[in-house]
Amino acid sequence: MRKYTLAAFRTLAVAAATAWTLCATAQAQDTIKIGWAISKTGPFAAGAAVTTLSNYQVWVKDVNDAGGILLKSTGKKVKIEVIEYDDRSNSEEMIKAVERLATQDKVDFILPPWSTGMNLAAAPIFNKLGYPQLAVTANTNQAPQLTKRWPNLTFWLGLPSEIVDGIVETFTKMQKEGRINKKIAMIAVGDQFGIELSSATREGLKKAGFDLVYDKSYPFGTQDMQPVLKDAQAANPDVLLAFSYPPDTFAITDTAKVIAFNPKVMFVGVGTAFPMYKGKFGANAEGIMGIGGSDAALEGIKWYVQHHKEVVGREPDRWASPITYASLQVLQQAIERVGKIDREAVIKEINTGSFDTIIGKVKLDNGLNHNIWAVGQWQGNDFYGIAPVGKQGAKAPIAPKPGWQ
Amino acid sequence: MTLTLDIVLSGLVLGGMYALIALGLTLQYGIARIMNLSYGEFLVAAAFAALFLYTGMAINPVVGLLAVVPASFAGNWLLYQIVLMPLVKRAKNQGMLEVDSILGTFGVLFVIQGVMLVTFGGSLQSYSYMSVPVHILGTTLALNRVLALVFALIIGGGLYLMLTRTRYGTALRAVAVNPVSAQLSGIDIRSASALAFAAGGAIAAAGGVLISMFLTFSAASGVVFTMKALIIVIMGGVGNMLGALVAGLLLGVSETAVARLVDPGLAIAVTYALFLSVLLWRPTGLFGRPAR
Repeated sequence: MRKYTLAAFRTLAVAAATAWTLCATAQAQDTIKIGWAISKTGPFAAGAAVTTLSNYQVWVKDVNDAGGILLKSTGKKVKIEVIEYDDRSNSEEMIKAVERLATQDKVDFILPPWSTGMNLAAAPIFNKLGYPQLAVTANTNQAPQLTKRWPNLTFWLGLPSEIVDGIVETFTKMQKEGRINKKIAMIAVGDQFGIELSSATREGLKKAGFDLVYDKSYPFGTQDMQPVLKDAQAANPDVLLAFSYPPDTFAITDTAKVIAFNPKVMFVGVGTAFPMYKGKFGANAEGIMGIGGSDAALEGIKWYVQHHKEVVGREPDRWASPITYASLQVLQQAIERVGKIDREAVIKEINTGSFDTIIGKVKLDNGLNHNIWAVGQWQGNDFYGIAPVGKQGAKAPIAPKPGWQ
Repeated sequence: MTLTLDIVLSGLVLGGMYALIALGLTLQYGIARIMNLSYGEFLVAAAFAALFLYTGMAINPVVGLLAVVPASFAGNWLLYQIVLMPLVKRAKNQGMLEVDSILGTFGVLFVIQGVMLVTFGGSLQSYSYMSVPVHILGTTLALNRVLALVFALIIGGGLYLMLTRTRYGTALRAVAVNPVSAQLSGIDIRSASALAFAAGGAIAAAGGVLISMFLTFSAASGVVFTMKALIIVIMGGVGNMLGALVAGLLLGVSETAVARLVDPGLAIAVTYALFLSVLLWRPTGLFGRPAR
C-alpha cells in the first residue's frame, strides 16, 4: 500500500514543517490530523480525481493558508496534517485503510472515499470507529434508512428520486408549454446507477403521460453508441434522455452530432457537468441538460470556481464538486463550534447545525442535504441549475436546444 | 437492405478499431512470444501523447503519428532489450517464458500507469478531432472512426503481406513456429524477436493515437484495451495478422448487429459467446495453426 503524506503537497509540507518546529515543545494539540483513503489508481481514479480529491486538496490548502482550524478549548488555530492512502479502487483495501487511519495513524477525522458503492461499503466501519462520514458522492434511495441506522453518516447529493422528480417536472412543464411533444427516447448504462435511475424515471414519465418510444440499456463500457442512437433517432423523439457515465456521455453527444440526431431536448448523464464537456463540445454544448448544476450567480460559487481553477489548474465540475467543498466547510465549522476534537459532538453539530457555505445555507434534514440541483443545463459558459423549478436561482431552460454546428 | 448495409458498415468501423488494438499484441505474443500485459498502457500512453501534441502544441494527431509511433518503437525495443531479454535468456522453454513475461510485464504495467498518473493525473481525457460525418453508401459514419478502420486494414494487410511474401517475414514466421530450428537456419532470433516486439509496440501507439480522437480515456484505462486485444488475438489465432483483422471485424459486426436487431444490452454477451464458440470449435483460433 502506498502512503502519501505531506510530500504530496509541497506548499503544505513547508508550512507544516514550520509549524512542527515552532510547536514541538508545546503540550497541546499542534495539528489536526485528517486522513482519507481514496482511489488514486484503478477504475475509480478518474472520478475520484475530478470530484473528490481535488476538493480535499483545495480545502486543506485554504484552511492552512488561513492559519488552520480554531480549537476554542486550546485557544489557537491548528493546521491540518494530511494522511492519504490509495485504495486502488478496491473496497476491501479502502476499509483496511480507514481502519488503519483510525487505529494506527490515530487521525482526528476521516474524509470519505469516492462513489456510492465505496461510501456504502465504508459506512459500517466509519460507524464502528465513531467518525463522521460526509458521504458526498453517494447517491442512493436507501439514504433515509441508512442515516437512521448510522447517525454519523450524512448524504449530500440528494436522492435518486429527487433527480428523477426534477427530470419529470422539467419535461412536464415543457410539454404543457407546448415546447416538446410526448415522445421520449431513454437509454441507460446497464449497471446499478443506470438501472435504478431509468426504472424510476420510466415510472415517473409514464405517470406524467409521456410515451417512451425507445427504452434500452447498453452494457457498461460500451464505446460505440451509434447502433443505440440510430434506433433512438428512428423513433423520432422530441427528448433524448441518457443515464450514462462520462465516457458514454461524451460518446453519445459526439455520435448524436455526427449522425445529425438533434432532439429538442437532450439530457445526458454523469460528465455533462464537467468543464471538459464544454471544452470538448464548445458551442455544441449549448442547451444540453444533465444531472446537477449550480447557481452560477451565487457569490460563493463564483469565488469557488475561480479559486478552484487557480489552485488545481482547472475548473471544478458543476455537480458534486461544489457540494464536496461545501461539506468540508460544514465539517470545519462544526469542529470550530464544538471547539475540540470530540467526534461525537461534531457529528451532532453536523446533523443539527445550520451552516453558511459556497452553495448557500446548508441545514441537514435527518442527515440529508436537500440543497441540491436535480437538472442543469449548459447556457453560455456555465452549467446552470434549472430544476427543482421552484428552487431559488433556477434558470429557465432553453428548449428546443440549438442545432448542431 | 438499408438497415443491413448500415449494420455492416457501422460494424466494420467498430471492428476496425478492435483489430487496430489487437494487431500489435498478436505480433508481440505470436512472434516475440511475450504475453505483454502492459500492452494497453503503451496504447494509452500514445493517446496521452496525441492529446498533449494536439491541445498543447496544436499538432494534429495524424501528424502526431509521425512522432509517437517511432518513439514507441524505440521505447518498446529498449523495454525488450533491458527488461525482457534477461527473462528470454533464462527461460528453459516457452511455458516458462510465458509465465515470466506475464509477471514481468505486469510490473511494467504499474510503472507506466504510475508515471502517467503522476504526469497527467487520474482524470478522464477527451478531445475532438475529425469528428465529422462522412456518408458512405447512404450510411453516416464518423470520419475519425473510418480512419481507424483504414489504418487497421493497411497495417493488418501490410503486415500479412510482409510476413508471407518477404524473406524477412518468412524468418519472423520461422521464429514464431520454432525458435530453435530457426536459429539453426542462421536466423538471429533475439534481434528478430526484439524487432517484432518493438513493431508491436509501434502499432499499439498508432492505435492509441487514432483511438484518442474518439474515445474517452484515463491513465487507468489500459487494461480495458489489453483485455479486448487479448480476446481478439486468441480468437484470430496467435501471431496471425489476418486472423486478428478478421476476428476484430467479426466482433464489430456481430456486436452492432445484436445491438440493432436484438438488444444493445447483449452486445458484450455476444463478444464472449463468439469467443467461447471459437475456443470450443477451433482452440487455436480462426486462423491458428493446429496444435504444435
